[in-house]
Amino acid sequence: MKKNDFYLIGALLLIIALSFLAIQISRKDKVKEGSRVLVTINGEEDKSFYLNEDTTYKILHENGEWNTLEIKDGYVRMVDASCPDKLCVKHREIHDDNESITCLPNRVVLRVIGGQKSELDGIAN
Amino acid sequence: MKSNKIALYGLFIALAFIFSYIEFLLPIPFPVPGIKLGLANLVIIIALYGIGVKESFVLSMVRILLVGFTFRDPSTLIFSFAGGILSWLTMVGFMKLRLFSMVGISIIGGIAHNIGQIIVAIIYVNNTSLIYYLPLLMIAGVVSGTLIGILGATIIKRLNKFLNL
Repeated sequence: MKKNDFYLIGALLLIIALSFLAIQISRKDKVKEGSRVLVTINGEEDKSFYLNEDTTYKILHENGEWNTLEIKDGYVRMVDASCPDKLCVKHREIHDDNESITCLPNRVVLRVIGGQKSELDGIAN
Repeated sequence: MKSNKIALYGLFIALAFIFSYIEFLLPIPFPVPGIKLGLANLVIIIALYGIGVKESFVLSMVRILLVGFTFRDPSTLIFSFAGGILSWLTMVGFMKLRLFSMVGISIIGGIAHNIGQIIVAIIYVNNTSLIYYLPLLMIAGVVSGTLIGILGATIIKRLNKFLNL
């Protein structure tokens, strides 16, 4: 290996690191004005949060069950939940209009309203 | 064509083919279609240094064609060709500049292959957001390029006596 090889590797790693940074920053800017996530428990609207403010919120249900949601960089996801299958936690983070994360056992639905239109034609959910 | 050359072509093509097959057997680490670790590049780069520039090009194209029809959907051929051609061009170009050792050339070839694939993929699906896959691919490209380069250099040292055509 020559010295130049190391320079090459170093330069490439730098470019990779910078690209990751650029992607993170661009994701944050992509939050549409006024887009929120609406929390529905048992069909009733409970709370809504603006997606441009990083928040963590734990929903405590009357029966002792709970769901914790986290808003970060314009995306919302279910961090943890007391349900047995944790499908809601495994769901990827959402931020497009009308996307949703559902926790069936705890009857919680997180839905994005006023979000930017998704580039996809449809999402099988 | 001398019979040695014909035999060598056969041998190298078979090897490149097998390496692609091994990659095909491994679970796909990335969500992007046609993304590979580039194990077959080991054979290509040895051919590049050991046999010749033109020969390695033929080797690369034949390998892509064979693998495209055997293990993958032929419709992915355009991505592989784009990657393979860009990879070969950059490798030969930088080789002539004599700036890097085999390791560097291998890395450059791997990264160029990924870039070529992504560019064609972006044009094909008409969606520039595919470019977000590049940083991840580049990491894999650097790692696998380095390993293949080191391996290739070791092999070439021992093979040189047999490859004089």
